[in-house]
Amino acid sequence: MNDALDVALRLLIVFVVFLTFPLIVGQTEHKVMAHMQGRLGPMYAGGFHGWAQLVADGVKFAQKEDVVPAGADRRIFQLAPAVALLPYLLVLLAIPIGPGEGAVGEVIDAGVFFVLAVMGVGVLGSLMAGWASANKFSLLGGLRTAAQLLAYELPMLLTAASVAMAAGTVSLPGILDAFEWWWLPWQIVGAIVFFVAGLAELQRPPFDMPVADSEIIFGAYTEYTGLRFALFLLAEYAGIIVLCGLTTVLFLGGWHGPWGADGLGWVWTLLKAAVLAFIVIWLRVTYPRLREDQLQRLSWTLLVPLSLAQIALTGIVKVVIQ
Amino acid sequence: MSPAAAAATAAHSMTTAAAESHGFLSPTGVEIAFLLVGLVTFGAALVTVTTKQLVHAALWLVVTLGGIAVEYLLLTAEFIAWVQVLIYVGSVVVLLLFGLMLTKAPIGRSPDADSGNRWAALAVAVAAAAALVWVVVDAFRATWIDLGGPAAGSTEATGASLFQNWVLPFEALSVLLLAALVGAIVLSRKAKTEKSSPPVNSRPATGSSPSVPDSRNHPVERNGSVKGTESAEQEGGR
Repeated sequence: MNDALDVALRLLIVFVVFLTFPLIVGQTEHKVMAHMQGRLGPMYAGGFHGWAQLVADGVKFAQKEDVVPAGADRRIFQLAPAVALLPYLLVLLAIPIGPGEGAVGEVIDAGVFFVLAVMGVGVLGSLMAGWASANKFSLLGGLRTAAQLLAYELPMLLTAASVAMAAGTVSLPGILDAFEWWWLPWQIVGAIVFFVAGLAELQRPPFDMPVADSEIIFGAYTEYTGLRFALFLLAEYAGIIVLCGLTTVLFLGGWHGPWGADGLGWVWTLLKAAVLAFIVIWLRVTYPRLREDQLQRLSWTLLVPLSLAQIALTGIVKVVIQ
Repeated sequence: MSPAAAAATAAHSMTTAAAESHGFLSPTGVEIAFLLVGLVTFGAALVTVTTKQLVHAALWLVVTLGGIAVEYLLLTAEFIAWVQVLIYVGSVVVLLLFGLMLTKAPIGRSPDADSGNRWAALAVAVAAAAALVWVVVDAFRATWIDLGGPAAGSTEATGASLFQNWVLPFEALSVLLLAALVGAIVLSRKAKTEKSSPPVNSRPATGSSPSVPDSRNHPVERNGSVKGTESAEQEGGR
């Protein structure tokens, strides 16, 4: 009975995190973007600096009519948002937030493989949406999504493999247990490649060619309205949380902090992830969108060789220090 | 890679307990779950090959491959299960859908999805399935996986058996993949030099009328051919 309660509590906590953190990132994005562009952003909803803007947006989305285009493939069209969203909830289960087994939703032996595999499944949602909408813009968006995933999953996997080599384990808590501070300079190239490839996989600016609103009108999501569209948005922000959490755990030492981590490990994890989330928003405001061929070239001619070099470096150092 | 690795895991770590302690008439919960997931997987596989809607077939293939991953999980082969999801669900099906969308993916039934060879295909499929089942049953007749103990298919056990007992097949497979990789690059480079006519995105300077639809030079298709090779490279890289 106690075990069941424990599991239920963990699942509940992960679920609450899944529902609230994306909203926090979303609101931060509103405000950060606004201030970087010399304006105030939402100021009225909820009173204090428009904190309830996203709640109001949610209410608006819930009230909108849920339209399925006449030519669409009904069932797949309706299923797609769930396929896009659920993988991120599953990945969140495996990310450790503090030291010990108590601070992770579920200890998974092959954690690195689990998170990367399940994140890849989320893209199927965009593909299904793009195809089932019976819309040319959507189909183009779906195609670009697929091409982008195929290009950027490889560097992501390779850099994650580099960390796994360094730690000698593929379990996420195991990697954190093995972490030393000098891994930071050692794996820095891998960290940057992982983060950039993750951004591309999430289709965040400057890698948002698949949803390019000014040319293919949100790509795969053109035909979506109301709650289903909101679910796709939620998937994007949940993806930011997952990517920042994963980069923190794999490359930045997770709960390790410079002044001892006793009892405060989760603060370090959250702090590092928050800084990364800020960088994600910052990049969106700073860089223009990459063209499709530039996107592909960046991955195949820069990120893949860099990640291979990182693996070679990891291997050499690993052999030398043994 | 996965069948060989799975067999390696199984051979390495199965406890060869006496068969009489396991009755077929008193199944445990895991065994019942295994059977049910197997039925779902089989059903999804049947729909995959019989449905007349192409993209639906690809999506049912996701269910089938995912079902097999769950079966691996139930047999405690966690590593193999996640690799199955990563490579088959995450990449192969995405590649498949990409190809379908690039070429022909109508919504609704495709009248030409029926093949005249279906009975021959059925015969070959049944023969192949029979041969595989016979080999597996014959090889592992008296071995049982101890599901209660430490995970027999953990990453550590899989890696150890893969790089100790099964290194040669592993290396042979990587050479095969390397050959495929090189082949893909050679094919794509040859196609590029043969084309030689105007660069693909170029439009007539007047921009007046693209009245001659030249399908070869259509930007989308061109992207597709390039990406096809790249993804082949990626598969090889793994």
